[in-house]
Amino acid sequence: MSEHSPPGSRIDWSGPSIESIRRDMLRFAQMQLRDAATAEDMVQEALVAAMNSEHGFAGRSAIKTWLFAILRNKIVDHIRRNAREISRSDLAAQDEDGDDGMDALFNRKMMWSSGYWNHEDGPATWSNPDEVLSQKQFWTIFDACVNHLPEKLARIYMMREMLELETDEICRELGISKNNCWVILHRARLGLRECLEDNWFKGAAR
Amino acid sequence: MINCKQATRLMSEELDRPLKWQEKAALSTHNAMCVYCRNYRKHMAFMREAARRFREGVTEQGD
Ligand SMILES: [Zn+2]
Repeated sequence: MSEHSPPGSRIDWSGPSIESIRRDMLRFAQMQLRDAATAEDMVQEALVAAMNSEHGFAGRSAIKTWLFAILRNKIVDHIRRNAREISRSDLAAQDEDGDDGMDALFNRKMMWSSGYWNHEDGPATWSNPDEVLSQKQFWTIFDACVNHLPEKLARIYMMREMLELETDEICRELGISKNNCWVILHRARLGLRECLEDNWFKGAAR
Repeated sequence: MINCKQATRLMSEELDRPLKWQEKAALSTHNAMCVYCRNYRKHMAFMREAARRFREGVTEQGD
């Protein structure tokens, strides 16, 4: 047990496993916040909070899961305090439910023909999805695909799926209509699905 | 009859709000005949699971 751990601590706070978790936390926070300095602050706050409330860690979940839950709460608090930073006007500029935004996202090819999937682009069967989730390379692609989405789509998608906020809250925080929120999430999912299929599931090597 | 574009929108929204019974009916009628949209729904479930693991930091084997 190192000198950095509080007395009676069961967790080695300066050990290599915390260091590796910390790196993953930074990556997660950076993805959510798109700002390295703020991400660093959030991770720092989360680790300090965790260290001070180690008794709250029952050992039922993995340490990493516990730390990620604390980090998630810190990021959500931060987003709630700073929601106005995410520009309302930019989001409002995305049309309510027209298809133009979608076409821009998929301008390299026509996804639909008169509202039906094109045969070349129709969702394929994905093999071994369960195994995929424990492959390190998959997560690199997943990361890249989320980051590849247009920024507003990525932000709202992450608020919904990674930070688990309800759509009601997302709309309220960002001052956009519910319908707009659903459209944005829909576009993000379409884009992410397409990216995963093209860059992972269609890969011949797998 | 709804088309694939409308069906995918419903398959996204069902992750964010409960669908109305008429919407569920339209979706299941469409999906019964459309293998692409059936795949799409599986992919949505997969992506939600991936996001959950991501959020919990469980992104590698042995974690
Ligand atoms: Zn279809």
